[in-house]
Amino acid sequence: MPNVQSLRCKECGRDYPQEPIYVCDFCFGPLEVNYDYDAIAKNISRESIQDGPLTIWRYDELLPASRDNAVNIGAGMTPLLKADNLGKELGLNNLWIKNDAANPTHSFKDRVVSVASTKAVEFDFDTIACASTGNLAGATAAHGAKAGMNTMVFIPSDLERGKILGAAVFGSVVLVNGNYDDVNRLCSELGDDRRWAFVNINMRPYYSEGSKSIGYELAEQLGWRAPQHVVVPVASGSLFTKVYKGLQEFAQLGIIDSADTKMHIAQPFGCSPVAKAFVEGVAHPKPVVPDTIAKSLAIGSPADGMYSVGIANKTGGSGTIVPESEISEGMKLLAETEGIFTETAGGVVISTLRRLAREGVIGPDEETVALITGTGLKTLEAIEDVVSTKTIDPTVRSFDEIVMGTAVN
Amino acid sequence: MPLRRVRFTFRTDLIQRPVIYELGKEFEIVTNIRRADVGQDTSWVVLELEGSVEEIDRGLAWVTEQGVEVSALEGDILAG
Ligand SMILES: Cc1ncc(COP(=O)(O)O)c(C=O)c1O
Ligand SMILES: [Zn+2]
Repeated sequence: MPNVQSLRCKECGRDYPQEPIYVCDFCFGPLEVNYDYDAIAKNISRESIQDGPLTIWRYDELLPASRDNAVNIGAGMTPLLKADNLGKELGLNNLWIKNDAANPTHSFKDRVVSVASTKAVEFDFDTIACASTGNLAGATAAHGAKAGMNTMVFIPSDLERGKILGAAVFGSVVLVNGNYDDVNRLCSELGDDRRWAFVNINMRPYYSEGSKSIGYELAEQLGWRAPQHVVVPVASGSLFTKVYKGLQEFAQLGIIDSADTKMHIAQPFGCSPVAKAFVEGVAHPKPVVPDTIAKSLAIGSPADGMYSVGIANKTGGSGTIVPESEISEGMKLLAETEGIFTETAGGVVISTLRRLAREGVIGPDEETVALITGTGLKTLEAIEDVVSTKTIDPTVRSFDEIVMGTAVN
Repeated sequence: MPLRRVRFTFRTDLIQRPVIYELGKEFEIVTNIRRADVGQDTSWVVLELEGSVEEIDRGLAWVTEQGVEVSALEGDILAG
């Protein structure tokens, strides 16, 4: 049951009706879904949640749409795994990996798009659209297909084949000849005068709420408590702010006792406006031109950057800038210790975690969750240089010689 | 007339220059400030520009040349 009262401006507090709008007419601040928490408190409990489906929709009291009409391909309730091997490597005795690569299209974007596409159907749109470098493209195309909508997915034409085909299999994908700024510009122009549900433009207030479900799941899977630390990969900052919001809402509703989680920002050197603002003690990140192998984190002008810096500060968290060379190292470390193959964004998270442990920002026994938000199979190029294989002839002799390194006489 | 909503981010050394005033004088653009924050190291202004598409493009190119960062209000749209 949706318990939405209005859309509310995050800056000036003005209320707006629930419509496909995203910005305050008065001060141009972003709009956010505003709930009736008293009504929610009456309906929600640990038991009611546990009785729900094994998807994000088990938390629909706290989402802007009802599970009855949900466009659902199974997003959410991904594994939370105790990571003892990686923990040993890093000196962390209480480490967990939230593996969101286990979502239907292999990234956390299924959570946000499941909510956005459900609202798009509710608002009677017939076309769902996005501009993406990969993960959002796949999630939008898949949910569009499930909803029976037209899809308009715009991606840069120089994207890896795996990502292009992996999205195009679900429906129409448009390759744009141009750089990053060109795609951005084109899509904001297209969004202006077409009646399309652009998941991260006019659907953004609803879309972003989907990420709160990670916060809820962490609390539920840990046995109804909030972790002491969460390390989050940041692009626009939407995921970061909503994981925090999810934990806070659970505490506010009494579903968990408290949420004193320290929120840690993880960004790659080639695109780190938010982490840099944190480190420099500046409230508003300065836009940059991205140049990083972590393409899914390549947002130079992050819409929720300022809010993310604020949350990292308020919670006693941190901001880490990971050198580009450490991204594939992080991917390899997670794969070798935990059997999880993450994409570049996850490499950024693991390398951030390693630094925070080394610097003592995270203590050895403190309960810590690292968010793994996408799969490595979409960014194979990134690990080409750090992974090696051996090729042999189909003979025992060749095997002994090349694989075992035994001298043969 | 087309409208465009943008954010200007200024470095400290530019704060004292009336860039927005000059933008309105040098180009056929009406500027309308909605929100601003003047901080110690950087400052930003959120504003609406009204003018022809070409004139706004020319105006924003000029603002960028002055060393001001111009970004779309909704941030980047292209997402991972
Ligand atoms: C794998 C992955 N992780 C993290 C992010 C960060 O998302 P956000 O823009 O919400 O900060 C993205 C999306 O852009 C992503 O694709
Ligand atoms: Zn407002």
